[in-house]
Amino acid sequence: MEEEKYVYKFIDSIKFGVLSPKLIKKMASAKVVTPELYDKEGYPVDGGLMDTRLGVIDPGLKCRTCGSKLKECPGHFGYIELARPVIHVKFIPVIMTILQSSCRDCGRILIPKNKIEKYKQLFDQVENEYGASERRKKIKEVISGLKSVNKCPHCGAKQQKITIEKPTTILENEKRLSPIEIRSRLERVPDSDCEVFGLNTKVVRPEWMVLTVMPIPPVTTRPSITLESGERSEDDLTHKLGDIVRINQRLFENINAGAPEIIIEDLWDLLQYHITTYIDNSIAQLPPARHRSGQPLKTLTERLKSKEGRIRHNLAGKRTNFSARTVISPDPMIKLNEVGVPKVIAMNLTVPERITSWNEKYLRAFVERGPENYPGANYVVRPDGKRKKITDETKEQILEELQPGYIVERHLMDGDIAVFNRQPSLHRMSMMCHRVKVLPDKTFRLNPAVCHPYNADFDGDEMNLHIPQTEEARAEAEILMEVQTQLISPRYGLSVIGCVQDAISGNYLLTKEGTEMSYKEAVELLVGVGVEDISRLPKKEKVTGKEVFSALLPKDFNFTGKSREKSGPDAEVVIKNGKLKSGVMDKANLGEGQGLMLRNLHKKYGPAETIDILGKMFRLGIKYLLKHGFTVAISDTDLPPKAREKIEETMDAAYAEVNNLILQFNQGRLEAFPGRSVQETLELKILEVLNKARNRAGEIVEENANWSHTIVMTRSGSRGNIINLAQMAACVGQQAMRGKRIEKGYFERTLSCFEPRDLSAPSRGFIRNGFKDGLKPAEFFFMGMTGRDSLMDTALRTPKSGYLYRRLANAMQDLRVEYDYTVRDARGQIVQFRYGEDGIDVSKSENGRINVRKVLESIS
Amino acid sequence: MAAKKKNTEPIKHSLIPEHKKLSEKEKKELLEKHGISVYELPNILASDPALRGMDVKPGDIIRIKRKSPTAGVTYAYRGVVNG
Repeated sequence: MEEEKYVYKFIDSIKFGVLSPKLIKKMASAKVVTPELYDKEGYPVDGGLMDTRLGVIDPGLKCRTCGSKLKECPGHFGYIELARPVIHVKFIPVIMTILQSSCRDCGRILIPKNKIEKYKQLFDQVENEYGASERRKKIKEVISGLKSVNKCPHCGAKQQKITIEKPTTILENEKRLSPIEIRSRLERVPDSDCEVFGLNTKVVRPEWMVLTVMPIPPVTTRPSITLESGERSEDDLTHKLGDIVRINQRLFENINAGAPEIIIEDLWDLLQYHITTYIDNSIAQLPPARHRSGQPLKTLTERLKSKEGRIRHNLAGKRTNFSARTVISPDPMIKLNEVGVPKVIAMNLTVPERITSWNEKYLRAFVERGPENYPGANYVVRPDGKRKKITDETKEQILEELQPGYIVERHLMDGDIAVFNRQPSLHRMSMMCHRVKVLPDKTFRLNPAVCHPYNADFDGDEMNLHIPQTEEARAEAEILMEVQTQLISPRYGLSVIGCVQDAISGNYLLTKEGTEMSYKEAVELLVGVGVEDISRLPKKEKVTGKEVFSALLPKDFNFTGKSREKSGPDAEVVIKNGKLKSGVMDKANLGEGQGLMLRNLHKKYGPAETIDILGKMFRLGIKYLLKHGFTVAISDTDLPPKAREKIEETMDAAYAEVNNLILQFNQGRLEAFPGRSVQETLELKILEVLNKARNRAGEIVEENANWSHTIVMTRSGSRGNIINLAQMAACVGQQAMRGKRIEKGYFERTLSCFEPRDLSAPSRGFIRNGFKDGLKPAEFFFMGMTGRDSLMDTALRTPKSGYLYRRLANAMQDLRVEYDYTVRDARGQIVQFRYGEDGIDVSKSENGRINVRKVLESIS
Repeated sequence: MAAKKKNTEPIKHSLIPEHKKLSEKEKKELLEKHGISVYELPNILASDPALRGMDVKPGDIIRIKRKSPTAGVTYAYRGVVNG
């Protein structure tokens, strides 16, 4: 087999350390001695930075180390010998602590001999008890105490004060320490003392943090680009390395020629600068090295760091194939677990199918249709792994060689498995498995009932679709992620999917007491919804709405519950033997995340049945509404003259009371509430009076409003509430900012049309009129104020709460329930002694509770 | 007045749940039940005000009896640490 030539290795462990000069030379395959890159013929110079021993980036050339060509050679390291040692910027903090806490003469750590062992033991004990990070903390704590020791406990030498002048100059008593001196001091620290600093001397010796040789990364990590003009443009790293090599050579020459110390030191500093910026070009105290055009070079640290760096951009931010993204729109006539996929997308996304002797004919047909005709195929994969694109030219040949063992990448078709997702994916229900349904036009279609788990709407939302490519992935998605398996929320143990909007209104009107239709109409409705078994419908001239609805329910379903109706015949929902005896179907029973009816259906009949019934209920609702007709009008907010009078009276009374309170306040007769000032008491009392008045107005509206579709919506819970209606018909009410009446604006008044210090209701943002009558200018202005305020509030709160949630999710992501019901983290630390303190799996409960009586009844 | 004498009495308050030190036998039972050592338990400082007046040393286990909205009464266990 072809794969046999690969050697598979498993990572057993990873060790981090610092490269020693010896190791750098050992792993290098070339020594770099000249800053030149290419000779006159454009061929890489030997001993230059593009040396062919470091790998090849030109087609046609062969690597002199491994003999492979471009793309096969992984590249090899080189090295340069530095004329003078140079400090590695990234190790400055470590070097500083070691210098400060070890003797300048003997190199021993500034801890008395007899105590060293004791500290080592302490560190081991801390690590055993609290883990490696605690050990590090402890080491820091101990080391930080050593800076102030000024006499070596080993040799008695007096210690000097060591400071740092950023970025790379280390001073002793204001006098500069050269890297040579620093290196020799670090060399003196014995292995046994390094251990106290937390260094494992097998992989890190402190003197290795001062560079004497430097590795040159392979050419393949810094490829040059050939511009259209034929000119070569080198990578930033190559530029920087060129600088280093050039200065290094100059330094060598000067030292050998015996140049004055000042010149050598200047060059040395320059070398230090180049190496520092080669490692990190964004050090605050150092001017960044720049291109000739003035833009800063991107060196090693910049390659890795921050959002566009290797880690977050390339490693954490991988992009995926076989996925699609587009705008979503609703289609209530597709099943809940289906997703409508545009034909253009279906012709781009593919599913690999392997040819066998049984399906050869079937798959051959796809190849014959090619990529342009819908159920076709885009690619064919040969058994040796070569992918071939199907085009008009290649089609003939591919068809000829096609045989069992080939894989055909055919277009997406109805019934294929897909994973559908909407960000932010805060839920496991944010990614669910759907069946593909290929539809015309260019948007993803989803059943509006599944909007809730995705938290989607259709105001421009986009969603992602992924196509699993292997049988295993498809099976996993189907079994673990399909919509019906996600029906019961693990958060509150009720159905996350239910009827919404018109579906609730429709079912409410249908199942309301007194709804009747002819048998023929009922059959038409049910068939339109997808019910095939009409026998559940009683054969009568006239059937009630409840009987029509019951035709969807399983024959042996029993349920009792409550509807949103407070009283009357429809308040108590009773389903007996699959017949809705009484009660109206509204949000309390059909809504998402509410009521036990859907939960009980799921428990008794399983996910597949429930999702089917749910889909039919949804469609029954909207189909009935379509037949019935549904509209709202301004006249919905009309009130009889008597009611209007009553509202005027209550408003006048409230105003009078407010004025009375203000009068009391001004006369000093108002008594303060405990713990409140008199002003606060007045505000509270006024707010109470005004709110009462508004609520009273709301009640009057509720009692007197004509039966209308607006009322149907509020009653059924599909949209809006009675307060919205009251605001339209009668009175908008008090506008509040930060829980108080409006007080901002001019000095001692809110608007210039009011008297200063006017505390009355209208001057502080009470809106007496309803939207239909229209608002007064001042009222309109107040409304604008609170409207803007709440807009700001939501705009600012959403990202904040999103971040809070993210932090929680990240902190708790690997908690799990063990077999002894304890909740533990990845380290085995116990977080809870019983999951949720009661050990209940919410997704197997009813709204977080277990109905023991029902369990008993089901057993006996 | 009251501040003069050092208060060694445990705090009594409706919001402070009952803290109890486990006996050696109870301790062994608990650790065996979950198959853990004291280090897998959440920590409580020996200086925790709720342990005032109790004779505790690192390695002891404290049982806290709490009211729970989901389970009525629950018990949580804490391993005493220095501090």
